[in-house]
Amino acid sequence: MSPVFLILALVTLLSAVAAISFRNLVHCSLSLVVTFAGLAGLYLQLHAQFVGFAQVLVYIGAVAILIVFAILLTRSADTPNHAVLAPGWLVGIAVAVVVFGALGLAILKSEAISKKVPAAPEATVKQIGDALMNQYVLPLEVIGLLLTAAMIGAVIIAMRDDKEAK
Amino acid sequence: MTELQGYLLLSALLFTIGLAGAITRRNAILALIGIELMLNAANLNFIAFWRFGPNPEALTGLMFVIFSIAIAAAEAAVGLALIIAIYRHYKSVNLDEMNNLKG
Repeated sequence: MSPVFLILALVTLLSAVAAISFRNLVHCSLSLVVTFAGLAGLYLQLHAQFVGFAQVLVYIGAVAILIVFAILLTRSADTPNHAVLAPGWLVGIAVAVVVFGALGLAILKSEAISKKVPAAPEATVKQIGDALMNQYVLPLEVIGLLLTAAMIGAVIIAMRDDKEAK
Repeated sequence: MTELQGYLLLSALLFTIGLAGAITRRNAILALIGIELMLNAANLNFIAFWRFGPNPEALTGLMFVIFSIAIAAAEAAVGLALIIAIYRHYKSVNLDEMNNLKG
């Protein structure tokens, strides 16, 4: 347990709790940015530099901005006056706590987790590029196709219906 | 507690927070934020197992996370487009008011 890990974990968890508990949606999305940044720091701690920077680019640069745009377009930036929690929220919290109990018990009791820490692995961008172009070239093409389809689909779903406009 | 268990517990906590957010809040955008938190918790698990597991030189966990980030981006784009379309129809993003299957 290095102090860097503890600080990053604390920042990530606190901002995640803030992201789901603020009443104002704009504050929620800004806390979410801090959570994503904390996770990027954790990836750097784990020697996964490429994934850390991809996290910054994709999540902070694109997903958070998309969420802010959605808040803008649905006019939900004001702090709501009515209740923000669903009627059965106590049951929801209970379900979440049970899930955490099961996961935590499995993690702490597991025999499969080895005690020794292996040496830090090397994952240069060159190695990742080699793997993407040789071993993982088919998944890469499929992901490209999926992203194109998702982009076209998102535009069509959000496009104004002509019949509705008349 | 080993370092791997620390990362796994952090990821489990993050997943729990995301789950609680997704099922207790009324706003559709907040539910999407909860889902993003859960996806990120899964990614952290992959990276932690890649770093502390055997054979890290195979890069399998790393590749899984790279593809998972791409899929999460597609999911966020389609999900937010759906929320915008639903807002145009119901004039609301309250999940409790979306109780009508007929358009």
